[in-house]
Amino acid sequence: MAKKAKARIKAPKSVTVGEPFEVKTLISHKMESGQRKDKKTGEKIPRMILNKFVASYNDAQIFSADWHPAVSANPYMAFHMIANESGTLELTWTDDEGETFAKSKDIKVG
Amino acid sequence: MLHRLFILSGVAALGLVAMPPASVAGEWGAYEVGDIRSGYTYAAEETRAIQDDEFGNPGFIWVDYGEELWSDVDGAAGKSCESCHGDASAMKDGVSGMKGVATKYPVFSESMGKPINIEQQINNCRVNNMEADPYKWESKEMLSMTTYVKYQSHGMPVNVDISGAIAPFYEKGKNFYYKRRGQLDMACSNCHVDNAGNMIRANLLSQGMANGFPTYRLKWQKPGSLHRRFRGCNKQVRAKPYANGSDEYVNLEVFLTHRSNGLPIETPAVRN
Repeated sequence: MAKKAKARIKAPKSVTVGEPFEVKTLISHKMESGQRKDKKTGEKIPRMILNKFVASYNDAQIFSADWHPAVSANPYMAFHMIANESGTLELTWTDDEGETFAKSKDIKVG
Repeated sequence: MLHRLFILSGVAALGLVAMPPASVAGEWGAYEVGDIRSGYTYAAEETRAIQDDEFGNPGFIWVDYGEELWSDVDGAAGKSCESCHGDASAMKDGVSGMKGVATKYPVFSESMGKPINIEQQINNCRVNNMEADPYKWESKEMLSMTTYVKYQSHGMPVNVDISGAIAPFYEKGKNFYYKRRGQLDMACSNCHVDNAGNMIRANLLSQGMANGFPTYRLKWQKPGSLHRRFRGCNKQVRAKPYANGSDEYVNLEVFLTHRSNGLPIETPAVRN
């Protein structure tokens, strides 16, 4: 596989000022909980999850979430936001190794 | 129809209706054809909601990856799927496009003298036309490509033809389906024909239709092929499973897919 994680965002391209809208996100990730054992060797499989999700709009953080091992593989996250000016919505996921995956989307207000 | 309406309203008027009948004909729209019902109709409401949301459905991660692979050049011949088949979503006569193709599979392959399914056709193309390494069964690439190809026929009814050379293989598959096996001495039909709609411990048994595969299974946390499901079922009755892509399973797939004729292709379906 070329990339470790692949993200999808769904948000409206243009919105009205002050009108709340929904942002949906989905990212592919195995979310290894750290509690499973390798069936053959009996060794613990090390934890490897996305532990932080941050959404920022025009560089200002608007939403964040700490994720824990109970979050399923390929996590889905949806939230609502209000935009008062056009800008870029930037989403960032961080995994246990500190690697980040980012995806952005331009939103027009008018 | 009028007759049924009369009975229903009559019962309702008497105030005797405690539970709606398990299945009212037509209740499930396209997911129900005659006596056969898609696994969708047995899934929990929440699971159905995930499948229906084209964005929230995690199976689409694999559809997206399949779309990337479609135009990826691989192998000694320097070709991608796109080089021969063009735009996968286009409907063209002959070889081009993938729309509707998945509804006919498994098909009889003249060159191999037996039926082949989509996974095998993908690998045939990779080996013979692209001169690339075949994908491993159940690998991310194989699942993505199968899901992507089948998704092009999304909503179109399954239409497997079992006339001609494929007929004896259909019979073998049918034989497999009704034959008891394993320590528990159970046939596929014992659960999926005799007890569809009943609980097996905490799970509701469906009719075992093949129209949604590769299916994103919440338990697996990824999509899985029909043959993976066969292996799981075989293990559960404590029978030794056959290999993915084995003749036994392809024959069974012929029978099972023909059994779901008329149901819409739901790939990527979501099940528990």
